[in-house]
Amino acid sequence: MAYSLNVNGKNYSVDVDADTPLLWALRDVIGLTGTKFGCGVAQCGACTVHLDGQAVRSCVTTVESAGTAAIMTIEAVGSTQVGNRVQQAWLEQEVVQCGYCQSGQIMSATALLNENPSPSDDDIDAVMSGNICRCGTYPRIRAAIRQIAAGPGFHRRRLR
Amino acid sequence: MRRFQEVSGVAFAACAAEALLAVTLAVGSGLADDKIQPPADGTLKGVADFQSIGEPSARSRALFTEAAKVITGPRCINCHPATRSPTQGDDRHPHRPPIQAGESGMGVAGLNCHSCHRFKNTSLPGSRVGSIPGAEHWLLAPASMAWQGLTLGEICRQLKDPARNGGRSLADIHKHMSTDHLVAWAWQPGAGRRPAPGTQEVFGALIEAWIATGAECPS
Repeated sequence: MAYSLNVNGKNYSVDVDADTPLLWALRDVIGLTGTKFGCGVAQCGACTVHLDGQAVRSCVTTVESAGTAAIMTIEAVGSTQVGNRVQQAWLEQEVVQCGYCQSGQIMSATALLNENPSPSDDDIDAVMSGNICRCGTYPRIRAAIRQIAAGPGFHRRRLR
Repeated sequence: MRRFQEVSGVAFAACAAEALLAVTLAVGSGLADDKIQPPADGTLKGVADFQSIGEPSARSRALFTEAAKVITGPRCINCHPATRSPTQGDDRHPHRPPIQAGESGMGVAGLNCHSCHRFKNTSLPGSRVGSIPGAEHWLLAPASMAWQGLTLGEICRQLKDPARNGGRSLADIHKHMSTDHLVAWAWQPGAGRRPAPGTQEVFGALIEAWIATGAECPS
């Protein structure tokens, strides 16, 4: 069955079964391979994308349940103000080691900062502990999020 | 940092889902409390099975105790935790990944229940978990409705207390138990999960009969 998906501001028609994971539609049908397969059972966060601004695990989100939501992936998040700041902070803090999980980490961090511009350490942990990094880059992820939250003007208003 | 460290301590192989699950599901094994045990089997007696108990208050307590096989079963009690984080599985191990209910009961800003739990169960063929549970308005019960760690009597008295049950009357409680779609999920929990005992119809009838006999609570 053909489904219309709005991904990064563009409409794509994907001919897949209703229960096809959104991750497969993004990677194998549309060709956006920045979103990664990690565990396939919503345990690691590597496949995180945004649906109407909310972080979701695309490995357990079916194409049917994505519906008409605006889907954003790592390929486009840098075009948003918060996403751009997250990516810059990631570079400045040299967060990335092997990098496999980092698209999911950045999508989760952006979702967090979109909704909570000045997260406490507990707030950061509550969201980011859903994203596993086998390289153990957690302290640098935290530092990068702190850096963004402490940035000029950031904590006083929400950026999109 | 504690929660973060807990996760970082989990060995993770990026493309080895089964290995990951074997590790994560092993974490925190053992019941969260020892006051309540999940039902030993999938049976649920009907109202008629209690007609032989002549004394109404005793019959009422027996009816609630039977209905509590559902209430204290893992499909229900995992989302009525003692803390503001859900548990998982028949052994009530801590939810993986770590999740906090937040003020809404639906997660915190940036990571809510719907990040993984969609409007219906999501089948995961070939995986150890079988499926990710889901239903509309998936959320954790409010703190006032925590059941884990309580005795049957304590759960019963909490259920009847409008100050703790969301302002519900006994009729509202019956309606909730017999028709609510999240309660109904307990009998359609998706692959990899044992359904609640009996049926929602029998469960609802037990609650109705419990109320009709005075809504007495076990001690």
